[in-house]
Amino acid sequence: MPSKMINFTLNGRPVSTEVQTHHNLVELLQRFGLFGARESCGQGLCGCCTVHVNGMAVSGCLYLAVMADNKSITTVESLDADGHLTPLQQAFIDNGAFQCGFCTSGFIMMAKELLAKNPKPTEEEIKDHLIGNLCRCGTYPEVVQAIKQAAAQMM
Amino acid sequence: MTQVGRAMPRLEARAKVSGKAEYTHNLRLPGMLTCKIFRSTVPHGKLLSVDTAAASALAGVHRVITANDILQIVPEPYYGPAFHDQPILAVDKVRYVGEPVAAVLADDPHIAEQAVQLISATYEELPAVYDETEALKTDVYVHETLKPAGTFADLKHLAGMKNTNVALEFHLRHGDPDTAMASADVVLEHTFKTQQCLHVPFEPSVSVAEPTDAGLTIHTSTQTPSFVRMEIARLLGWPDNRVRVKVPLLGGGFGAKVYVKMEALAAVCAVLVRRPVKVALTMEEQFYLITKHPTTFHIRSGVSKDGKILARECNVMWNGGAYADIGPRVTQKSGFTAPGPYDIENVKIDSFELYTNRTPAGALRGFGIPQLVWAYECHTDLIARELGIDPVEFRRKNVLREGRQQATGTPMHDAAIEVVLETLAMRMNWAAPFDRGTGPVKRGRGIAIGFKASISPTTSVAIVNVSADGTASLQMSTVDMGQGSDTAMAQIVADVLAMNAESVRVVHPDTDVTPYDMGTLGSRSMFHMGNAVRLAAEDARSKLQALAREVDLPEGSNVPYQELFVRRYGMKAGNVVGVGSYIPSYTPPDKSNGQSSNVTPFWMIGGTGVEVEVDTETGHVKVTKLVNIIDGGKPVNPSIARTQISGATVMQLGFTSLEKMNLDGGQVTNASLADYKVPGIYDIPPMDVDMVDAEQTNGPFGAKGIGESGTFGVSPAIANAIHDAVGVRIWELPLTPEVVLRAIRTAEGRPLAAAE
Repeated sequence: MPSKMINFTLNGRPVSTEVQTHHNLVELLQRFGLFGARESCGQGLCGCCTVHVNGMAVSGCLYLAVMADNKSITTVESLDADGHLTPLQQAFIDNGAFQCGFCTSGFIMMAKELLAKNPKPTEEEIKDHLIGNLCRCGTYPEVVQAIKQAAAQMM
Repeated sequence: MTQVGRAMPRLEARAKVSGKAEYTHNLRLPGMLTCKIFRSTVPHGKLLSVDTAAASALAGVHRVITANDILQIVPEPYYGPAFHDQPILAVDKVRYVGEPVAAVLADDPHIAEQAVQLISATYEELPAVYDETEALKTDVYVHETLKPAGTFADLKHLAGMKNTNVALEFHLRHGDPDTAMASADVVLEHTFKTQQCLHVPFEPSVSVAEPTDAGLTIHTSTQTPSFVRMEIARLLGWPDNRVRVKVPLLGGGFGAKVYVKMEALAAVCAVLVRRPVKVALTMEEQFYLITKHPTTFHIRSGVSKDGKILARECNVMWNGGAYADIGPRVTQKSGFTAPGPYDIENVKIDSFELYTNRTPAGALRGFGIPQLVWAYECHTDLIARELGIDPVEFRRKNVLREGRQQATGTPMHDAAIEVVLETLAMRMNWAAPFDRGTGPVKRGRGIAIGFKASISPTTSVAIVNVSADGTASLQMSTVDMGQGSDTAMAQIVADVLAMNAESVRVVHPDTDVTPYDMGTLGSRSMFHMGNAVRLAAEDARSKLQALAREVDLPEGSNVPYQELFVRRYGMKAGNVVGVGSYIPSYTPPDKSNGQSSNVTPFWMIGGTGVEVEVDTETGHVKVTKLVNIIDGGKPVNPSIARTQISGATVMQLGFTSLEKMNLDGGQVTNASLADYKVPGIYDIPPMDVDMVDAEQTNGPFGAKGIGESGTFGVSPAIANAIHDAVGVRIWELPLTPEVVLRAIRTAEGRPLAAAE
């Protein structure tokens, strides 16, 4: 199987590794012990594997690992690296915006991208941004509330 | 502070928002092989040969396994909770498209996947049966001989039975239905159907079997660790204590992960190759694992002119697919509630579980109840309509009240059916005038109520361990799959031991240390395990009190627990272990007539009201208001309870309007989230979900199960509202725009052309 050496920034830290060209970003992250981005549907339809590449949210299951070369990858695990939860994470807890938690990393990374671009989104804008994230436990109303709370606190 | 009743966040909340929550999905072991499955492409056929040569020859493939390999170590490789009918890999026959036939083991999952493509099999195809009604009449038999597991008394007589697809028939007779029906002023008869759909937990089933000195450790996404341990030990012919089952958090379950799923395949592979083996299904493969029963329900009622239901006959056929799984229990446990939460003195129920050549069906958030409520609440609405009685008023006249006998003869207790109905009517503002809309968009409203009995008789055991530093841990085999059981049970322990729930450590299921539990299913945990946990905590508390007496402390002294240990043992040492075991009382239904004086330890009640807008030009239905009210007793954690009701509502909205597995020649044609749509963020109507003020007197702190109750009323309430809006009745789920538009156009006398 063809492989390639790549260099990228992972949660702020420069790293290098050899990847096989058919591996996706989720598999690459697992190699670094990061399991917050999870492959579920494998088709980029559920959002459970959402991570940021150069600040943009992507589906890790559809993003080839080799494409991470020279990029900056940010995952949910980086958010509380300083020991403190971000207001967005705390808002998810305060509003009970998850049940099983399997999709939660993806929702948080997607919402983080939204709030970076649009610090005061309307309910419609929140829904519009999160349309590609699915939650089988059905905690959508709580997620919307959480993002509203986080937006209010981050202002 | 009182811990029970606190709306505290989940214990594992921080882990879940920072990507660190532990799921079996994450697990990698040294030397671990990945297992990928080669599946049947025919719905029913004799398996003539499996050619694995090319796959075995692929570089990187460790081994290819077929039934022949398994037979070397497991002479009877069939599993299942009700019937030992499901082979680990197909032995001499396949019974549905997607059935596992061979398995490839490789270090690299991609190589295992590639090797699967190199396997081929030949079959002698047999005629297949897909429909439950047809399965009762056909001479196509899915199984040659029935093989009940022997655990359920009402299945034993089926052993060795041939030439049948019936895996259980349940019959109930209450009163004199024939005479009452004959004397009724109005008799109405309808047939309702439900579709095949599935759980779709976002963490698909995953199991890792690890050979150990003792035997096997199975790390798995199961809802039933105790059952998995016993069943794998039975298959291997080992004592139970050689099999250890460990379960971290689950990424959703909803019934997809009850009993044995991928554990048996992982276990036999690990034993054969003496290396850890991981079987992790893909989203697509979940469509070939377990589904929700399609049903056909013929319902007939005799009613008096003034609106009293005098008699009801229910004939329910459950499409169980190729293997029984827990279907026979669904057929019986749900079957006896088929007449609905109504006070009907004359009842006849016939409920059949049928084998067909489809993906097996099991329990999905309601254990069959949503399929029944769909039929009896649509039917109930039609009766009210026929008699010209308001649907709330009609139900008010007929609901089961405290102390009245349900169809089994069991008197109703702690079942707030009437309160749920009245709360719905109030929140729906039912008595006020209703705007019916103008132009092509018509408005309507509907309600529905349903109920469910608990699974009986089942056991839960819990251990509360107080350490020398005064902290407590709870050992139980209840699985937290998102419903919040870790948190709620910790609240019970903390309440009894007067500590903070946050400080209670919940030990996740590990059958080497956590005691037996029947399973995390059917909304049984809060009642059964909750009672066991309370007893265990009380046992620990009385032992701590005894310790205080031993060290000569006066009665009622509030010396901290750690101080007791120091005084007793002279240093920080020792443990206090409290044990609680709970099994409710139960009287099995009489075999001939289904009667029982005590058929369930508690009842769950749920009711839904909706307002809809129906676009008569497109068939689109928009739910503009949804009220979902349940009786869940007194909630241990009100915020998690509310999320459960709301989550159940959302899930049932999917089963109502979106979800259906499409079958073509036995092949599922929409096995992906691209084609099988589950609710997304734009599919959520304005929702008002709540619990009525109620108490389950024999439950822990007045609590009972709540996970399923939010599903009961959703589908029929929407169908009833559509009928109210546009005057058409839909008889089968799901209520897609196409279905609704076809019904509207047919009623207008200008039907749409048949679909291709």
